Amino acid sequence: MSAPSPGSAPAARAPFLAPHFGSMGSQLDTAKLGTWLFLASEVLFFGGLFTAYAVFRANHPDLFHYAHHFLDWRLGALNTVVLIGSSLSAAWSVRCAQLGQRRGLRAALLVTLLLAGVFMVVKYTEYSHKLHHGIGWGAAYHPTAEILESLPAALRAVPAPEHLGTFYSIYFLMTGLHGIHVLVGMGLYLWLLRRAGRGDFGPGYYVPVDMVALYWHIVDMIWIFLFPLFYLV
Amino acid sequence: MSTAQAVPAAAGESYLHHGRGVRSWLLTLDHKRIGIMYLVLVIGALFLGGVFAMVLRLHLWSPGGALVSNDAYNKLFTLHGAVMVFLFVIPGIPSALGNFVVPLQVGAKDVAFPRVNLLSFYLYLAGALLFVGALVAGGLDTGWTLYPPYSLEDARGLGILLALTGVFLAGFSSILTGVNFIATIHKMRPPRMGWFDLPLFLWALYATGIIQIIATPVLGITVALGFLERLFHLGIFLPEYGGDPVLFQHFFWFYSHPAVYIMILPAMGIVSEVVSVFSRKPIFGYRFIAMSSIAIAVIGFLVWGHHMFVSGQSRWTNVIFSFLTLLVAIPSAIKTFNWLATMYKGAIVLKTPMIYVLTFFAIFGVGGLTGLFLGALATDVPLHDTYFVVAHFHFVMVGAVVTAFLAGLHYWWPKMTGRMYDERLGRISAALVFLGFNLTFIPQFLAGVAGMPRRYATYAAAFQGMNRLSTVGAMVLALGMLIAAWSLLGSLFRGRRAPANPWGAASLEWAAASPPVHDNFESPPAVVYAYDYSGLELISEEAGWARAGGTSR
Repeated sequence: MSAPSPGSAPAARAPFLAPHFGSMGSQLDTAKLGTWLFLASEVLFFGGLFTAYAVFRANHPDLFHYAHHFLDWRLGALNTVVLIGSSLSAAWSVRCAQLGQRRGLRAALLVTLLLAGVFMVVKYTEYSHKLHHGIGWGAAYHPTAEILESLPAALRAVPAPEHLGTFYSIYFLMTGLHGIHVLVGMGLYLWLLRRAGRGDFGPGYYVPVDMVALYWHIVDMIWIFLFPLFYLV
Repeated sequence: MSTAQAVPAAAGESYLHHGRGVRSWLLTLDHKRIGIMYLVLVIGALFLGGVFAMVLRLHLWSPGGALVSNDAYNKLFTLHGAVMVFLFVIPGIPSALGNFVVPLQVGAKDVAFPRVNLLSFYLYLAGALLFVGALVAGGLDTGWTLYPPYSLEDARGLGILLALTGVFLAGFSSILTGVNFIATIHKMRPPRMGWFDLPLFLWALYATGIIQIIATPVLGITVALGFLERLFHLGIFLPEYGGDPVLFQHFFWFYSHPAVYIMILPAMGIVSEVVSVFSRKPIFGYRFIAMSSIAIAVIGFLVWGHHMFVSGQSRWTNVIFSFLTLLVAIPSAIKTFNWLATMYKGAIVLKTPMIYVLTFFAIFGVGGLTGLFLGALATDVPLHDTYFVVAHFHFVMVGAVVTAFLAGLHYWWPKMTGRMYDERLGRISAALVFLGFNLTFIPQFLAGVAGMPRRYATYAAAFQGMNRLSTVGAMVLALGMLIAAWSLLGSLFRGRRAPANPWGAASLEWAAASPPVHDNFESPPAVVYAYDYSGLELISEEAGWARAGGTSR
């Protein structure tokens, strides 16, 4: 980068225009396409786990029916509302950036970050409650007598199906992988907040805000599938 | 701008000299340098996998095994397969040659996402290092397919964990390369370059990108599940905890069958370029070749079950998978016939890349047709897990992909290095590769039909003749490859300086200097149909080809 190559060096290049693009418009278009392609890949990444879910549920419906009673649908519903709210603020942040509303942008980014934090706190509560009561994945599934009491009477009367741990393996894998994505999203929103504070974004340049919001919507959508699949069996 | 087009790199500073020192390479965002770094690593992987292969072949010299213990044999064939598949064949053409060529062919300064490109390189490097780690940590004897329950039992040590992580990282690298290429081909083209002006190599990499983006994440989640299953006994794949080992096979082949098209489609792209340029005739059936790449990518997703005909699938599932598998033959044959029609009445120039491509035709023909025996149910069941299968996939993955890789390497070598390789040595190496390859693998077809099972360290004495032929063939093949390496490396020191367009090709990479400047083109190149040779004339061997009149810049 020391010596600018001769012949290039147009008078006033936009500060965030990468050297290999001709215009901000084509840079935005390209970033969008790349992000969508990456998100398609993400969907397939989760797709493997959704397939595992479908296979095990089709082969062992009794197991799913039994095991889901240990999940609290109220917490799941709360988290669904929280994430949908965060998607709204994420979409809002894009609009603010496009309109050049800097305070609005920072507020929307902050709200998204905080709601993501709320989601993780609820998730943490759920996980620690499960693990405290011996509801672990696979071979680590050893429910305490106390938690077994919480089952409906009809289920307590019959012997538990075998390999309940597989249900919880799938539960922890899918919600865990989703949780990792939420954490990554929180990191991205922190980064956006820092850049928004510096005043990087405006009507001329809002690629990162837009792309992170796209990612965030996918993370949100995956949860919208996870919630009924696990909590509302 | 007057007549500079056919003059060797003199005007600007080549990308090789733009910035000096190790840092300028390791932190580069230049697709050309990243391509070269990939090239060094994939050739290293090819060499490592090749050494494993030679030890295997020497071991099989005698029925009881001549060289290593049975245990070591199992580890060697596993690592041979895994290193070749994950570290050489899959990234070989797209990541190494593709990275160098794609932006040049669309007339762009770089790929769409240069930072992602560098990240992809380091993910690949990390994956490769983990494989080396697996080797050091006692190796791996599961076969490259890593089937549970065996692969995930407690007795498998650190090796399997390192290998699974390595596959995960290499896969992630492959996804990012696919994203980058598709975005580049869509968005970085100059306004006047239509979809059907593109070189067919780009169509091939586009189709490859679709597979990389959609299939690879499934492999990623599969190896992640395997990793966690091995550590925590999830009960997803291991039957004793309630898991389903056949589910692993479905997951694995949902990626790994489309992955063979990640390997062969870029190879076919190279063939389309070379066959047209060295027949001095526009490619025949452009749209059919382009669309058949897409068709192969799409159909390729629907055939994975043919790896599991004897894994306990229902009969109807088998029939449907068998039918869909045979469908792949149609777009493959469309390509082959169009290539042959391109050569028909062309002025064929038998330079090294073209000889490799002719090798490709012969070998891909046999490899493709023997695939039909394995796709058809009735013949697959007796041939399953015999040397027939080994020979078939080596015909396609080595015979076809490696020869196309070598064709592409020789074809673009002048562009990458600015030097011409030694034509005589190149031809000798191509001939030896052809002879050695066939001598190695044709006996394996015969042994397989006679019932020799794959993956054993020992074999029945009746197969000794076939195995010895095969081992001699492998040595000839290795000699051919070493001569190719000698010729290419030697050209860096002794080679004649390459002109911008040594072959008389019309695609845009040849409008850049050899080697190109940092920004690829000193001025935007004139866009033409990639196979429009009208007006291209040979000025001299030293000055290469140029468009008559020297206009259009």
